[in-house]
Amino acid sequence: MIPEIGHFALILALCVATIQGTLPLLGAASGNASLMAVAKPAARGQFLLVLIAFCCLGAAFAVNDFSVLYVAANANSKLPLHYRLAAIWGAHEGSLLLWTFILCLWMVAVTLFSRHLPEAMRARILGVMGLVSFGFLLFMLTVSNPFLRLIPAAPDGRDLNPLLQDPGMVIHPPMLYMGYVGFSVAFAFAIAALLGGNLDAAWARWSRPWTTVAWCFLTVGIAMGSGWAYYELGWGGWWFWDPVENASFMPWLAGTALIHSLAVTDKRGGFKVWTVLLAILAFSLSLLGTFLVRSGVLTSVHAFATDPKRGLFILAFLAVVIGGSLLLYAWRAPRVGLGGGFDPVSRESMLLANNVLLVVAMGSVLLGTLYPLFLDALGLGKISVGPPYFDTVFVPLMTPAIFLMGLGPIAQWKKADLPALAVRLRWAFGVSFGTAVLLPFVLGKWTPLLSLGLLLALWVVTTAVVNVRERVTHLTGDSLMTKLAAVPRAYWGMQLAHCGIAVLIVGVTMVKGFEVEQDVRMNIGDTTTIGGYTFKFDSIQDLMGPNYTAARGTFHVTKNGGDVTTLYPEKRFYMVQNQTMTEAAIDSGLVRDLYVSLGEPLQGGAWSVRLYHKPFIDWIWGGCLIMAIGGVLAISDRRYRLGWRREQAAAA
Amino acid sequence: MKRVRVLLFMCAVIAPTGVWADEAKPLGENPQVEARLKTLAVELRCLVCQNQTLADSSAPLAEDLRREVREMIAKNMTDQEIIEFLVARYGDFVLYRPPWRLTTTLLWLGPFLLLLVGGTVLVVTLRRRQKTLPETVLSEEEHRRAERLLSKGNT
Repeated sequence: MIPEIGHFALILALCVATIQGTLPLLGAASGNASLMAVAKPAARGQFLLVLIAFCCLGAAFAVNDFSVLYVAANANSKLPLHYRLAAIWGAHEGSLLLWTFILCLWMVAVTLFSRHLPEAMRARILGVMGLVSFGFLLFMLTVSNPFLRLIPAAPDGRDLNPLLQDPGMVIHPPMLYMGYVGFSVAFAFAIAALLGGNLDAAWARWSRPWTTVAWCFLTVGIAMGSGWAYYELGWGGWWFWDPVENASFMPWLAGTALIHSLAVTDKRGGFKVWTVLLAILAFSLSLLGTFLVRSGVLTSVHAFATDPKRGLFILAFLAVVIGGSLLLYAWRAPRVGLGGGFDPVSRESMLLANNVLLVVAMGSVLLGTLYPLFLDALGLGKISVGPPYFDTVFVPLMTPAIFLMGLGPIAQWKKADLPALAVRLRWAFGVSFGTAVLLPFVLGKWTPLLSLGLLLALWVVTTAVVNVRERVTHLTGDSLMTKLAAVPRAYWGMQLAHCGIAVLIVGVTMVKGFEVEQDVRMNIGDTTTIGGYTFKFDSIQDLMGPNYTAARGTFHVTKNGGDVTTLYPEKRFYMVQNQTMTEAAIDSGLVRDLYVSLGEPLQGGAWSVRLYHKPFIDWIWGGCLIMAIGGVLAISDRRYRLGWRREQAAAA
Repeated sequence: MKRVRVLLFMCAVIAPTGVWADEAKPLGENPQVEARLKTLAVELRCLVCQNQTLADSSAPLAEDLRREVREMIAKNMTDQEIIEFLVARYGDFVLYRPPWRLTTTLLWLGPFLLLLVGGTVLVVTLRRRQKTLPETVLSEEEHRRAERLLSKGNT
């Protein structure tokens, strides 16, 4: 009964989405206020319906209803409840439901925080989001229904892929989807503006906080995915340029370009056409990413669901959304004005150059991700495009981008003076260059990449310091504190996010330069020393988990005779899926991680053991977190809070 | 005799455990061979895994292949020869760095073409912008609205 309620709710949601995607748009085109007024209740109604469907699927998982095909395929009666609930998005059908649910969440957010928008604009935004939602609901109901029955019911489920039985599964996909789907708001704003023909600075101002929030979610989501891969896959990697990782990274690159382009549109009125294109691009890549991962086109570490039958619908949907919006763009964009002029050397030009680099980087990732698929599809042979390719392409593109990242915020709008810039930044450059050349020697190893990484990180930080110092000294105020308080939060947010990049670069550089890996054969009582830490293999014992059996090792770690920690890596065997999993044990620290993973049992009671000493690896995720905090700080800026307060006052 | 036993016991307790335990042996015997294996294996694909390098994989087939590569290194084959041998057996699929062929030309040139196009568009845009520096960006109405917003913001 419950699955049927869910199914029915989805059908109703499709009907509501049809109304939401048509009437408000017609109303906005003809100036009919009553048609436009349909948008808000339709969006909220649709949210309720999809919420019901979502809860119904959750309930089916909670009560182990193995007469539902999707539940039987992705859960098991022995699977703990929190993983059964996370199994909602464990495969294709449920992921799409999560996607649609989050889209509805964003729609409701738009209805709540859009009182200051003109009626026609809001109607168009919600109308466009309704159309996107229509596509997803139709897809689910025709070829990807999570509520299909399995008759006769299975006695027990096939269980969730053991790789996914991890706390990361509970939180990573919702976070990532919040980011992906969040770009639909920026997309809807852009399409609405194209339809209405009013691409002005106000449009950019409205769309900015939405884009930033989505970007923050995506940043955290990607970082969590990377951290999850790091401890779950057992080989200590944190980024593999896997197609699935790339699928989330491409919208991030486009989204990053979009935030910066929006800033220019907001502040200077420029780049409008470009900003609109980026908004379309960011969302298109989110769609592409969702489908790449969930359609089974890719076979990779993360591609758990495989069903190529749905490919046709997906291709058609992508063609309609992307092709349609690009057509609209080609038709409408030429009418949009150019905005303020600027000199070839100015903050605008640097931001534009950086945008170009980000988009080229994004294009290269796209090329590398899709190329093997195309070759394979055309029967031209199978190739692998992996980290060596992406590293080769990415580093030369990001180096100038990060150099400009330090320069841009210091340069004046409209026209900057290069010699003066050089004078202002001579210390920043001197200090970062000198340190970057010398520091690796102090650390005991010099390579060009090590030096380059440190140079870029230091450059970002030192230019930020120069920038803050200049900004504060130019302010009038009695004390330093009042001066600092006068600086808007958006500015601090930007500087913080940029410093987050620096932290990330330090992490990547240090771990690539100095990590130590050791594959050893260890008997009980044996020791190994890496990076100054001595690992002693104390014991191994068998344990029973809820749906697995495990061998758990105990490793005692000491440094110079002093205790550091005890680590318990596991080798698990999941009975239902008949799969062996490595659960690495990690001791995290500010300047290093210690990582132990159990390999295979060898003859004579010994085990093959993999040990890593990874300096500064947590800086990689720390940097992402700092970036996201920077984003949050930026949207908590006074101008947005004032707008929000005015809305509250208007509503009261 | 008893004293000696006590002494021995004391030693066992007091002495750092490391002294008594054996130093674990690396899986590969020759560190130089291992180092070369590592540099080769990070660019090779484990053929039975979804997407993992030969260095990272713990699949039995990867284990076998690593052993074969070790043997080839021991036979003094160059990296080039080893890679040629693997490609002959498994095809280009085994290489994470796609080799330069007719079919991969676009893959390798693509990013540079993109950069070229992006750079050209950038230069053209900047030139055009410089020529047409329209100063009146905001309309009168927009100016007034901005004023209004600003004055509200200051209260």
